[in-house]
Amino acid sequence: MYNSDKVIPGIIIFVLFVTLPIWWNHGKTVAAPQPELPQGRCVESRAYMRSHHMQILNDWRNKAIRDGMRVYTASDGARFWIGLQGGCMKCHQDKSKFCDRCHEFAAVKPYCWHCHIPPETKEFEEPRPSKLLKLFGIPEKLGESGKVEAEETYHHAEH
Amino acid sequence: MDRRKFLKLAGLSATLAGGVPGFLNREVKARSYTPPPGALTARRWGLAIDIKKCWEEPHCNDCIKACHAVHNVPDIPDRKKEIKWIWKDEFEHAFPEQPNEFNNILFTHKPFLLLCNHCKNPPCVRVCPTQATFKREDGIVMMDYHRCIGCRFCMAACPFGARSFNWVDPRPYIKEFNPEFPTRMKGVVEKCLFCYERLEKGQIPACVEACKRKALIFGDLEDENSELVRLLKSRFSIRRKAELGTEPSVFYLI
Repeated sequence: MYNSDKVIPGIIIFVLFVTLPIWWNHGKTVAAPQPELPQGRCVESRAYMRSHHMQILNDWRNKAIRDGMRVYTASDGARFWIGLQGGCMKCHQDKSKFCDRCHEFAAVKPYCWHCHIPPETKEFEEPRPSKLLKLFGIPEKLGESGKVEAEETYHHAEH
Repeated sequence: MDRRKFLKLAGLSATLAGGVPGFLNREVKARSYTPPPGALTARRWGLAIDIKKCWEEPHCNDCIKACHAVHNVPDIPDRKKEIKWIWKDEFEHAFPEQPNEFNNILFTHKPFLLLCNHCKNPPCVRVCPTQATFKREDGIVMMDYHRCIGCRFCMAACPFGARSFNWVDPRPYIKEFNPEFPTRMKGVVEKCLFCYERLEKGQIPACVEACKRKALIFGDLEDENSELVRLLKSRFSIRRKAELGTEPSVFYLI
């Protein structure tokens, strides 16, 4: 092999670098997430919910919104109202102590809560300036500039 | 390896690769979905607005307030970015075809209550590339916000301006929110949904319930005995831009 004195150390360094996350974390233990479970039963068995809740949520939203099917009959015959805010969160009353515990651990970021309101929410946050808004110098809070215009049309309508 | 051994091995590998056969799987699959009991149903929901009654209370905005409070509609001061599900505009803007010059004298600058017409032939549904907006069997032009990609084709297609786009995160502009209903997020289109979530629970739409003069009449357009149909048969009514053939389900009794 030509240049084996450079190629072989190069391959060794590359392999070590690629496997860095494996041996860097080797031997360390991280506590498993402990979501707070409410009393009583969920719509399906605990094991099934743990592995399939995302499929159930996806089926639920399609059935409820697209087909108008709002009632779910579980495999044991129990019936449940389909909904995230109006269903799931009526028992799981704290998103931060239930959903977030595992999702943060697994580093998944479902976008449910961009629209749905977690039950523990008291008020919405003030708008935060994004980098893009700063770049173009757009104010984060939309101004009152439109209000004058609105009043003008209103007086116009009074005539 | 002879052929017999090869086939045996191939069969065993295929079984192992395919996982546990379905009939050995313990999980029972007897789940089913049903419509909610006690829901209000119709073949084609419609709304009549008795505009004379509406004008008796010129400063009343009860229906608009009720709708926007129930559905977490933000109050954005910048009119270019405003969100509206139900709103008022002048006659000549709502009915731009202008039937004749004398009607214009009667109605010019008079406020008309406007909302999504839940057309029988909705152009917004035809253009939606993801079927995020679709026609339900009961006539409601529905939005599945989960699917909306914010392309705004529907806004271009709607001849009534019934749709609003979320240019910014709407949440900071909602003063008091209804925890039972979601908000929307930046980048989706929204509009009136004829209170599908209230109909499911056996309630009439929020605007109809809020009107103290009973100027809004909600009902089934294909039910001969409904109050709505009897009213529409006995009084003259107009629809917005009827000549376009979208067949609006919102009627104005004049």
